[in-house]
Amino acid sequence: MTLATEKAPARTEEAGSSEAVKHRDPVRFVVLAALLVLLLLLVGPMLAVAVNAFKSPADYAANGPLSLPADLYWDGIVDFWNRVNFGRKLWNSFITALAVSVFGVVLSILNAYALGIGRVKGRVWFLVFFLVANLLPQEVLVYPLYFIAKEAGLYDSLIAIVVIFTVIQSAFGTYLLTSVYAEFPRELLDAAAVDGAGKWRTLWRVVVPVSGPTLAVLFTFFFIWTWNEFFLPLIFLVSNDNQTVPVALGVLQGDRMMDATTTSASALIGILPAILFFLIFQRTLTRGIAAGAIK
Amino acid sequence: MAGSVTKNRGYAVYLIPGVLASLGVIVVPLVMTVYYSFTKWTGVGDPRWAGLENYRRLVEDTLFWQSFGNIALLVIAMAVVPTLLGLVLAAVLFDYVAKHFGDRWAGLFRSGYYLPQVLPVAVTGIVWTWILHPGYGALNQILDTVGLEGLAKNWLGDEDYALYSVMAVMIWFQLGYPIVMFMSGLSRIDPSLYEAADLDGATWWQRFRKITVHMIRPEFYVVLVTTTIAALKIFAQVFVLTKGGPANSTMVPSYFAYENYFEKARVGYGSAISTVLTVLIVILAFLFLRLQHRSEELR
Repeated sequence: MTLATEKAPARTEEAGSSEAVKHRDPVRFVVLAALLVLLLLLVGPMLAVAVNAFKSPADYAANGPLSLPADLYWDGIVDFWNRVNFGRKLWNSFITALAVSVFGVVLSILNAYALGIGRVKGRVWFLVFFLVANLLPQEVLVYPLYFIAKEAGLYDSLIAIVVIFTVIQSAFGTYLLTSVYAEFPRELLDAAAVDGAGKWRTLWRVVVPVSGPTLAVLFTFFFIWTWNEFFLPLIFLVSNDNQTVPVALGVLQGDRMMDATTTSASALIGILPAILFFLIFQRTLTRGIAAGAIK
Repeated sequence: MAGSVTKNRGYAVYLIPGVLASLGVIVVPLVMTVYYSFTKWTGVGDPRWAGLENYRRLVEDTLFWQSFGNIALLVIAMAVVPTLLGLVLAAVLFDYVAKHFGDRWAGLFRSGYYLPQVLPVAVTGIVWTWILHPGYGALNQILDTVGLEGLAKNWLGDEDYALYSVMAVMIWFQLGYPIVMFMSGLSRIDPSLYEAADLDGATWWQRFRKITVHMIRPEFYVVLVTTTIAALKIFAQVFVLTKGGPANSTMVPSYFAYENYFEKARVGYGSAISTVLTVLIVILAFLFLRLQHRSEELR
């Protein structure tokens, strides 16, 4: 489970083109067509949403879901945005995901430093614990957390969500990062020690910078996972002002105001931030998905 | 500043924040839930000890068995089908598309197939409720347009079809993950293996079976275990698509537990369901790990 194994596939261009000549037969176009149909099936729902979000209800009623919008109708999106105060939900999601990613990465670093580099006693058991913590369904934690949060006055507060997800995500982060740190070059640690750096300085000046790429992958995962979380935010964030994007959209399902075009409009503005992150983080993501395998 | 790096003392302090946080957020709640599962409690006042009563009722509860039966079908939709289909697709993309059309095409397909995985589950659920809506939904309207209106159904509202509709949505959602995983596994394989197979006159299918499948066994196990566990945990999609209905035909354990906790105020019963689910997941995970370990030893 190391990140360093990611290498570009070494394939020679010549071999490819000579085979391409050999195989210039209908088969390749059948394969390509099949893959394109599948792509359309997988991406189609999002395209349909994008098309229908810009239709007026009358346009949808008259021309159905497959036609292009008669003209660009922004009112559905604007109305929905204002009605649910969507800017607020975006901010809640963003600040929660950001805080969890930062704290989660820091906590993972501290744990992995002790387990992977420090090899503290009983580290195998700690790792088993973090692995199991990573597998637990949230249903088995939710009621006591809900109860404790209520007692502590943290119910319906983003703070509770940040604390809980920091710990949950860092269970995964610790597990992953420990295996990376276990292979950390000892020479670097020894050199730092010779220079008189203590453990704290060595951690922040040597270990963290060297493992930067892995930490970036962790950060990306934590951000997107937290952004997409639904179950615990659904239970903890009950008031309109505190809801995150998935919760705000999820609880509106079946609401009277949600007709076809409003649903599309709401789905579109729910999807766009995620697609934006996907584009921003794409390189880190494809590099890191193999590492995220255990999740 | 204490100690030299070669000695491993003095690192334990770095575990303190993590251990304390894990105690508060994971260990204590876990123990409390297990305790609740032996009590009768509405969430107000004090839990009353009930022994194994909740578990006895669980065994007799047909809804409980049905929710686990539904999960078995969802494992097919979320783990088995995407893994097998993803294996073939990854091999085709890596070995055929990348060679005949270029790496950019392979990368394009991979990103496109992976897209459903990065979107918030609750939001994709909304997309599908609209597409599958009996009245204004896109699917029925498309069937209508092409003259197949006889096939139009109340996809999520008819108890004969709801679970299959959810399964189809889950395949859609899950397929990209194995493809990306397997493609990254395939990039590890030494190209000379394929060249040797080509020289021996192996067909594409033979190479797929003998080299591809064999070489990416580690990824295969990881994908199978992670997707199976994801299927056991499924909540958001069910919440948004069907809320376990109609007539409990899409009930799953996590939603069943949620309903008992927060709608029926039967915290003890909900805890028992969650505990059973957790035990099942942990056992499965360790079985898979053993299996994976053994298969690696055999190689």
